[in-house]
Amino acid sequence: MGSRASTLLREEEIEEIKKETGFSHSQITRLYSRFTSLDKGENGTLSREDFQRIPELAINPLGDRIINAFFPEGEDQVNFRGFMRTLAHFRPIEDNEKNKDPIASEPLNSRSNKLLFAFRLYDLDRDDKISRDELLQVLRMMVGVNISDEQLGSIADRTIQEADQNGDNSISFNEFIKVLEKVDVEQKMSIRFLH
Amino acid sequence: MPAFSCAFPGCRRDLLVIVLVVFVGIGLPIEASAPAYQSHGTEGSHLTNITNTKKAFPVLAVNYEHVRKPFEIALWILLALLMKLGFHLIPRLSAVVPESCLLIVVGLLVGGLIKVIGEEPPVLDSQLFFLCLLPPIILDAGYFLPIRPFTENVGTILVFAVIGTLWNAFFMGGLLYALCQIESVGLSGVDLLACLLFGSIVSAVDPVAVLAVFEEIHINELVHILVFGESLLNDAVTVVLYNLFEEFSKVGTVTVLDVFLGVVCFFVVSLGGVLVGAIYGFLAAFTSRFTSHTRVIEPLFVFLYSYMAYLSSEMFHLSGIMALIACGVVMRPYVEANISHKSYTTIKYFLKMWSSVSETLIFIFLGVSTVAGPHAWNWTFVITTVILCLVSRVLGVIGLTFIINKFRIVKLTKKDQFIVAYGGLRGAIAFSLGYLLSNSHQMRNLFLTAIITVIFFTVFVQGMTIRPLVELLAVKKKKESKPSINEEIHTEFLDHLLTGVEGVCGHYGHYHWKEKLNRFNKTYVKRWLIAGENFKEPELIAFYRKMELKQAIMMVESGQLPSVLPSTISMQNIQPRAIPRVSKKREEEIRRILRANLQNNKQKMRSRSYSRHTLFDADEEDNVSEVRLRKTKMEMERRVSVMERRMSHYLTVPANRESPRPGVRRVRFESDNQVFSADSFPTVHFEQPSPPSTPDAVSLEEEVPKRPSLRADIEGPRGNASDNHQGELDYQRLARCLSDPGPNKDKEDDDPFMSC
Repeated sequence: MGSRASTLLREEEIEEIKKETGFSHSQITRLYSRFTSLDKGENGTLSREDFQRIPELAINPLGDRIINAFFPEGEDQVNFRGFMRTLAHFRPIEDNEKNKDPIASEPLNSRSNKLLFAFRLYDLDRDDKISRDELLQVLRMMVGVNISDEQLGSIADRTIQEADQNGDNSISFNEFIKVLEKVDVEQKMSIRFLH
Repeated sequence: MPAFSCAFPGCRRDLLVIVLVVFVGIGLPIEASAPAYQSHGTEGSHLTNITNTKKAFPVLAVNYEHVRKPFEIALWILLALLMKLGFHLIPRLSAVVPESCLLIVVGLLVGGLIKVIGEEPPVLDSQLFFLCLLPPIILDAGYFLPIRPFTENVGTILVFAVIGTLWNAFFMGGLLYALCQIESVGLSGVDLLACLLFGSIVSAVDPVAVLAVFEEIHINELVHILVFGESLLNDAVTVVLYNLFEEFSKVGTVTVLDVFLGVVCFFVVSLGGVLVGAIYGFLAAFTSRFTSHTRVIEPLFVFLYSYMAYLSSEMFHLSGIMALIACGVVMRPYVEANISHKSYTTIKYFLKMWSSVSETLIFIFLGVSTVAGPHAWNWTFVITTVILCLVSRVLGVIGLTFIINKFRIVKLTKKDQFIVAYGGLRGAIAFSLGYLLSNSHQMRNLFLTAIITVIFFTVFVQGMTIRPLVELLAVKKKKESKPSINEEIHTEFLDHLLTGVEGVCGHYGHYHWKEKLNRFNKTYVKRWLIAGENFKEPELIAFYRKMELKQAIMMVESGQLPSVLPSTISMQNIQPRAIPRVSKKREEEIRRILRANLQNNKQKMRSRSYSRHTLFDADEEDNVSEVRLRKTKMEMERRVSVMERRMSHYLTVPANRESPRPGVRRVRFESDNQVFSADSFPTVHFEQPSPPSTPDAVSLEEEVPKRPSLRADIEGPRGNASDNHQGELDYQRLARCLSDPGPNKDKEDDDPFMSC
């Protein structure tokens, strides 16, 4: 899965991506042109700087984390397949997919995979728990600099109190799912563009 | 609505007696008007002809005319409310029959009664309806409109409202015209425009009826907002169509230009209404910025600006309903950031109160008007109207959903479609519009009769059967949710995430524009409309602060002491209060202990800790007994704290302690058992905000500071290492009164010191 120097998208690649992510042919080509427009270095991969050049990410409080989510562990470049794989999480769930045979591995855009993606954005150290510090970091990013640490601390404490059920003072993935059971994740974490 | 059995056996009888008295009371004033004139006349003559017969000075005289109008209005309203009261006392009735049906029946009875007496029953005057009865209901709906689901589904709602209503109107009008052409019906005089006019009146889904019925079935949010949003937004279509056809039916011919103007008119009416509403909304928000010294009249601004918005747009023949909704939606975030908590509660309750009264009166008047109004019955026409209503609604919903589902992320299922179609109730607006028809329409009476029949059919048949159907089809119901800081945080988190991903895709979608609007709002709008420094406050913090505040007030009001610590964390960025502070280290210890005990406690309590975390719902405040219980606990707590103060001398006591106050504990245990079943009070949490800076606040600071210093030192060294069952039990007992954990039975030897 190293970086490929090819800038053209081959048919077999499209087929592979289609199988893996469930995107349609036209979507893949559309997103490929977006990929190439972002890829200023023209080497078939995106680096962090390429992402940071996107204006919406620059002003987004979670911009850095979103960027990191695209890059696999420890790497600094992401190729088109990795790009698509991350974006596949935000594809709307099709009705026919719901009835699909569960023998095949769960599609990337299933509800729990979407939630897992969001969870991993909180849980940077990948210990499968959102600790108080991780929560504090995210809160700090979202509310800005005017709020004092103690205030944020109390919010974080309250949040964990509400969600925590097994008493480990952090939010596990299951607790995260439970908290969001009222939120319509299928709708909230889907982008129509990717339909 | 839950029905409860009478407290004592005689009350139901008493209520019926009262009702009968009121019935008679209505008859009386009408009769009393006659003799009243006489007494008034004699008084006049007495004054002018003093030299004539000297009468005895009238000690008691009846002058009904003086108070006639307000008296009758008040009596009507009182009757309506007594009826409403009565329904809920009859246990099984309110579970089967929706309130609106019962009220119409009452109206029928009252109308019949009045007719029997020989008087002319009052008809639902259109002006009264549109200017007085309708606005409170719409304002209530608009102010508390759930914005998120509304904006997420606004496309679908608009399609249903505009295209659905147009389809209904033309389908029905056309087919009825075709029907009238048939010789046997005997209505050959009815021309196409009259039929279309009738179609446009009957086709609109009525917000009042929808609200009344859907309120009771607790359907899931999506369907609710679809039907309800449609009923609100189709007002523009109805207004335009009605005026259009009314004008045309006078003239008699339609040209292409007229149709084109009609379309333009539609946009003007709807967008104009929204604009007028938004202007008044901004005015209201701006005014609320300066009300910090006159808190008492804050709610009035909200009501008056909204009403002005409605009247202004009605003045220009724009859509008053859309103006009212726009006003409420625009004004709400800013006003709520500015007004005091009590004003917020006042607004909420007044809106609910007025809309409740209005709704009740509307339905009763519908019943009375049915008895009163001139009727012209034509079997074929009326029956066909009813059938066509249903058919066109079903066809419209199915057809539109088929198209809409191609564009929706979350598709509408067949069940959803069914409820949307079945929930399309007609109501008083249709009746009033029909009543407004000038008498030049020769078909007016027939139309009115048909409208009333349709209304009755939809409200009675559909209204009554929708609840069992919802159960039968196992349609998703509304999930009861309490404001949860988790949901708030995660929803905002997901918003940012989605905005970012949209940016990566290069797609300017829903989130992108929402983010742009938010940013515009934050940088430009908020600083003008929000008082003081609050405009910088992020929404998350505002939400959290409000949540804390509500909980604190609830605790204070019910007799609980608010917290262990005075808030060292001033959530409002105001200057620190003169409260002795606790050192950070101690705070940490306390926090740790509390958290640990909370976890243990949570496992014991099967209900969630914040399950009572509701916004001052009526059921909270009804629990008077619980308040009393808490007050008793507060008493005991005072005793505890007195003892604790004594403990302050013995801070270095070693960890082993026995149960300190067996006497007190025993007492507490009993009452706690009672509370256990009744309540799942939000467990402690540590930081309570300091009472707000508004004059409305209650502060209980003097009691509070003593405790943490004692507790921490005594508890600290032990941690929660062996918080066993006993400790948990203790904690449960204390958790409701105190905010800090009780001492463990095993490890205490404070007894010698607890000698009081």
